[in-house]
Amino acid sequence: MGEFEVHRVRFFGLVPAGVRCLACQPRGGRLALARTDGTVEIYNFAANYFQEKVIPGHEARSVEALCWAAGGRLFGAGLGGDITEYDLARLCAARALDGCGGPIWSMAANGGGTQLAIGCEDGSVRLFQVVPGGIQFERNLDRRKGRILCLSWHPSGTHIAAGSIDIIRVINVSSGQTVQRIMVNYHVQKVKRECIVWSIAFLSSGTVVTSDSFGRVQFWDWDRGTLLESHTVSTSAVLSLAVSENEDSIVVGTSTGATYQFQLLPVKMGSLEKRWVRTKPFQHHTHDVRAVAHSSTALISGGLDAQLVIRPLMEKMQKKGYDAVLRKFTFPHRRLVSCARKARLLLFQFSQHLELWRLGSTDETGKDGEVLPLCRMPEHLVQLKSKGPEHIYCSCVSPCGSWVAYSTASRFHLYRVQYEGDGVSIEKVPKVPKLLLPAYQLQFSSDSGSLFVASHQGSVHVLQLLEPGGCKHLRTFRPPSGSSEAVYLLASSADGHWLATVGGDWVIHVYDLKCFKHHCTVPTYSCAVTALAIHPVTNNLVIAYSDQQLFEFSIPEKQYTAWSRTVQNCGLHKAWLERDSPITHIAFNPKNPSHILLHDIYMFCVLDKSLPLPDNNTLLMNQSTLKQLPETARQRQLHAFKICKKFQPLLFADLLDENCLVMVERPIMDIKTQLPLPIQQKKFGT
Amino acid sequence: LQLYSSSLDGSIKLWDFMDGIPIKTFAVGSKLLALYAIASSEDSVFVIIPKSGERDTFQLVSVKLTKAAGQDLEAKELSVVLDGVDASPKRIAFGREGEYVASVKEVNLQVYFFKRKQLNRFSVSAMKTKSGNNHFTCIACHPTEDCIATGHADGKIRLWRNFCHKKEYTFSTLHWHHDAVMDLAFSVEGTSLLSGGVESVLVLWHNESDCRKDFLPRLGSAIEYISMSSDGTLCCTLHTDNRITIINSNLRFCKSIQGLIKSTDVKTGLVVDPRTKALVLNGEPGHLQFYCLQSDQQLFSLDIVQRQYIHQAGLNQADLVKVAFSAQGKWLATVEEREEVTDPELQLKLWFYDEETQSFKLNTRINTPHDDHITDMCFRDMDELEDDSLILVTTGRDCVFKVWVMVEDTDPEAQQSVSWSCDFVGSYHNYQATNCCFSEDGSLLAVSFEETVTVWDSVTWDLKCTFCHPPGKIRNICFGRLTCSKYLIGTTDYGFLCCWNLLSCALEWSAHLNVLVLQPDPLSEHIAAVSWLSKESSLFVFKPNEPRPIYIQRNLCKEKIQLAAFVPRDEPEMIGSEKYLWLRRSQLFFLTDTQELMTLSTKSLEERLTPSSKQLAVEESLPVTPFSLLLGKHRRQQSQEDTDLGKLFVRKKHEQDSPAVRELLHTPAHVLPSASFLCPIFINSLLISKENKSAEEVADEAEMESEKTDDDSDEDGDVSEMEQEDTSPTELLQEMTCKLSKSQEKELRKIRKMDYSWISAF
Repeated sequence: MGEFEVHRVRFFGLVPAGVRCLACQPRGGRLALARTDGTVEIYNFAANYFQEKVIPGHEARSVEALCWAAGGRLFGAGLGGDITEYDLARLCAARALDGCGGPIWSMAANGGGTQLAIGCEDGSVRLFQVVPGGIQFERNLDRRKGRILCLSWHPSGTHIAAGSIDIIRVINVSSGQTVQRIMVNYHVQKVKRECIVWSIAFLSSGTVVTSDSFGRVQFWDWDRGTLLESHTVSTSAVLSLAVSENEDSIVVGTSTGATYQFQLLPVKMGSLEKRWVRTKPFQHHTHDVRAVAHSSTALISGGLDAQLVIRPLMEKMQKKGYDAVLRKFTFPHRRLVSCARKARLLLFQFSQHLELWRLGSTDETGKDGEVLPLCRMPEHLVQLKSKGPEHIYCSCVSPCGSWVAYSTASRFHLYRVQYEGDGVSIEKVPKVPKLLLPAYQLQFSSDSGSLFVASHQGSVHVLQLLEPGGCKHLRTFRPPSGSSEAVYLLASSADGHWLATVGGDWVIHVYDLKCFKHHCTVPTYSCAVTALAIHPVTNNLVIAYSDQQLFEFSIPEKQYTAWSRTVQNCGLHKAWLERDSPITHIAFNPKNPSHILLHDIYMFCVLDKSLPLPDNNTLLMNQSTLKQLPETARQRQLHAFKICKKFQPLLFADLLDENCLVMVERPIMDIKTQLPLPIQQKKFGT
Repeated sequence: LQLYSSSLDGSIKLWDFMDGIPIKTFAVGSKLLALYAIASSEDSVFVIIPKSGERDTFQLVSVKLTKAAGQDLEAKELSVVLDGVDASPKRIAFGREGEYVASVKEVNLQVYFFKRKQLNRFSVSAMKTKSGNNHFTCIACHPTEDCIATGHADGKIRLWRNFCHKKEYTFSTLHWHHDAVMDLAFSVEGTSLLSGGVESVLVLWHNESDCRKDFLPRLGSAIEYISMSSDGTLCCTLHTDNRITIINSNLRFCKSIQGLIKSTDVKTGLVVDPRTKALVLNGEPGHLQFYCLQSDQQLFSLDIVQRQYIHQAGLNQADLVKVAFSAQGKWLATVEEREEVTDPELQLKLWFYDEETQSFKLNTRINTPHDDHITDMCFRDMDELEDDSLILVTTGRDCVFKVWVMVEDTDPEAQQSVSWSCDFVGSYHNYQATNCCFSEDGSLLAVSFEETVTVWDSVTWDLKCTFCHPPGKIRNICFGRLTCSKYLIGTTDYGFLCCWNLLSCALEWSAHLNVLVLQPDPLSEHIAAVSWLSKESSLFVFKPNEPRPIYIQRNLCKEKIQLAAFVPRDEPEMIGSEKYLWLRRSQLFFLTDTQELMTLSTKSLEERLTPSSKQLAVEESLPVTPFSLLLGKHRRQQSQEDTDLGKLFVRKKHEQDSPAVRELLHTPAHVLPSASFLCPIFINSLLISKENKSAEEVADEAEMESEKTDDDSDEDGDVSEMEQEDTSPTELLQEMTCKLSKSQEKELRKIRKMDYSWISAF
């Protein structure tokens, strides 16, 4: 018999939305990503590309273009016709201004980040001034027929190149006049189809780079209006294009899912003559690559298959390490599943609804690896639809299963769920206390007696849940030193004594729930916290950081534990540190206090503190080799990390009771079937 | 323009290429595997030589060619440029204006910059993908830019740039070939790249772009080398089938230079077309080539299989395996098969020569003529009554031989008057039929069944008699001709050449000789046998009525000779020397296993220099010797090499301690004499021989199988010695089977006396 009985859950029908646009913060370490459902995500390069912030979408707010301006301010524009500024501390749309030109297809900021240009459906290019506290309309530039699909500023800010259908225009910013018109399919004979210029880039040398629906990447001299070079990279459209900051490398994405790199290389050794050469092709996507970005060390691409692919440039890497691995992100780095351990329920969070499921059960036992027949099938109990156009920020189900809470940008909902035999009744709790919304994370205490609501400025509200369906605001914790960032992770202890919170500034605060006061602050570490949990027996806080480091902090003693110090002294295994996805959940086994259960998207790990740590010479994933060894040899080979890669991609794993695990998987193939068919390509040999 | 050549003997020659004479010879000293000359360094050339002291490692060195006067010069100024290069000349290329040299080996690329004296190494991942490995196969350098193109075993072409930086190098990939890229060449301006491979398609890549490419397909066979002319107007491709194609710069086929087409495997053998006197053998896949020996040209190529050939490794495709002409060349029979593990797909086709179109026309197609592979096929050669008596015999591994005859076509819709059908199926003890052969007058058919040769009456299809020479399966058989038509010659796997007399049904003589090829001259009684012994091929020409060869050419070549053919001369040649008389009416051609065609010439090299065929000048000094002397020599050479030979021989004797018993068991029952006759031999064989012979004597005798009869009383000492050595299996067989007439006995005795007199002289 195996160690755990595992519920292998595959009925979470999450389909992540496709990536619509990407924007790298100039000279900064952040990447902004917008999805087709309007969600905006911020990835932090320094924190191993951790998904730091998520601003859930809004039905009416599509995002067609994102750009960073005036330092760290993020603007988005979409087909709704509005320009939106995002509040990255409170994770919501701060203010919006109508562009007055119909749907906005493109937006670009000038080199200094002081001006924004938008390209509209009506063919106009409008300039906006970025001012403190918002943006201000400045002027209209020359308006011609045909929607402006892409825009690019000359780095000096004097000219703007605009791509439309069949044509590109160069506009002088100061005069507002079109100074050059270039027909892009002029020398393609007898073409009936229109040529859509999907993307454009204006280089400081005066070269305009366009990518179009004929699969070409073309280099134009804007002054003379002549074609310098033309590279046909694909038989289908080239949708996106990005230039590196020092303008020696370009990445383009095509509708077949392939991305290509162009490099400006000297023709001869030592000569000044340089030429753009198509170099590396990458095929990481199955669908349209709608967005690409070029950071200083990596090519980043996002596709309609919802994948964000970060391909480091090996020649820019100093050493092989976790920076140099190819990363593919499909799923968010936060919890979308919550589990009622006692009631054996799972709550799944979708963008606009929640699903409550009861796990199946079996009365049989079997050997290791055996699939047990179910005597009761998993049951879909309730679907809760969120009202209004806003998407859900967070959700939670209480351990007893009788409370469900979720929050959108403007509303907080608490439901009381009652089970009568097979029937389920759900009832909204009236008169929820008015809190400052949105809530960024929700957590029920283990006795289901109270609810912790993570809020802005580092604050946490404690709500007391009252039988038979009511609640009252008990207390609000604020960090003593104050903070502007919202709290995004919560952990409460099993005995109801402690609460740990992490905000966007990555500082971990621990609060004493008995005395309702701030207990201590965990020493700061330079990386983002990806998961944390409090041990039910020892009240040790286990913290996982985005650089794959693990810490154990004793809350009563207010210091790192001895084991944590050993880990820091010995260092973790190289293979562990080189993993490319963050730990998203930590759980414990009350029966075996030395065990810590961790998981990321690709693996589930039981960390046994009683066993020695592996050194770099031993195999990290040694479970399959251990199985073949005799008992005595196995004892010698054992080390602390027991890793299982059977369940992939793993969205959630938790321990229901001593020997029962739940694993929520979302097979990539299931997502692929939900996507439209990719472009048919002839494959040799088929 | 200067023409340099390098050779394996370690010399570089400068040629006057207009007159074809060498001007200078530079001796380098070690094996030269490849030679490169670059325009920027006039006085030195680059060669690949094996690294001294290490096997299979090679280095690129530059050789300084001294300007000193004189014909033969020493070139000892060597400096190593690159270490660990590949021996293939395709895997090194010199870059723009000789600035750098690039070499590839396995998964590594190294670039050496001459001026900066910097060596950069790059490698591709050695991981094997499902499309094969990505080892480098060839390299080419851009003529004007810093760009290197490399071909890979998985069909990809990588274009490397920025390789002057160790880290910031980059490459792009072009992929069209599905199998290894064999060679690459840049155009003179460098705007386009040519590549070729197994697909036999020349691909022209424009501007290093994956999307713009042009093709020149159907070049016949895999492209081995590509070369551009210096003015860029022409390019030429060298193919694996020994052909050069010249192609215009706009990718139009221009001209092809071809002689004998090299096919993957010559399964048909060398056949002479009686009509054109052309040599006929496998050509392009599925085609039969008619090769004119006089003009070194392919007369025409006949498509036999008539199916699209797919140029891809590892496919089982139908190929031509057997071909036979009727005596006048009016009919042609071909067999094609597709190799399948379970049952081969066989087709027998009969072609009729159409005088109007001057080509062969398909008359009859027989699907699955045999259930298993066809091993041999022959027409009954009767010149005078061709049409009526024309018979085709095929032998198959399905243990039968089949006789095919022409019948009037009764089908009124048929366009032709005759077609072929099976007339008789013969078999022998369920042995696989391996060879067949008609006697000269067509009255007898000999078919070999593994160890046995059967002789059949071609009118009644009765089994006339059988011969065998155990142990060992029959490899070749043929009938003697003209005055020797009463003899049947056979060779066996165990290295015996036997001559049976058809009148007496007895073994006339035999010789211990590992004969690979047995080829009778159609115009004389001579028979050529090519043996393979101690890694060299030797030629023996003999008449069946004499056990002595009339001509021996030892050490004909180092390769195994696979096939031979006598091609009739247009006019009998006047030959002075007596020992070349056998070459008077026809010429003998050989094909080695490396598919080199050779011939024997009676004159020296200068007199007759035909363009393609390598001519072997016959060594005049070699004395004419009988088989025994020659074989004795062979053995003595061996014994010198191996001092333990005597011991070996003794052991060998002990191993086969009762050959008589073995013989008893191995010989087919129907050829065994009565038990009373066998008994004393059997008893004798159990006695231990007292004689202690020296190793050399034993050796001498072992190979000398003389034509002795068992009741010779007046033998001299030599013979008595031989008699004691009756453990030889062949002799035993002779004792049992030979019953010679008195006249023959006398004749033989005379011959033998002559023989022995020679031996004593020796």
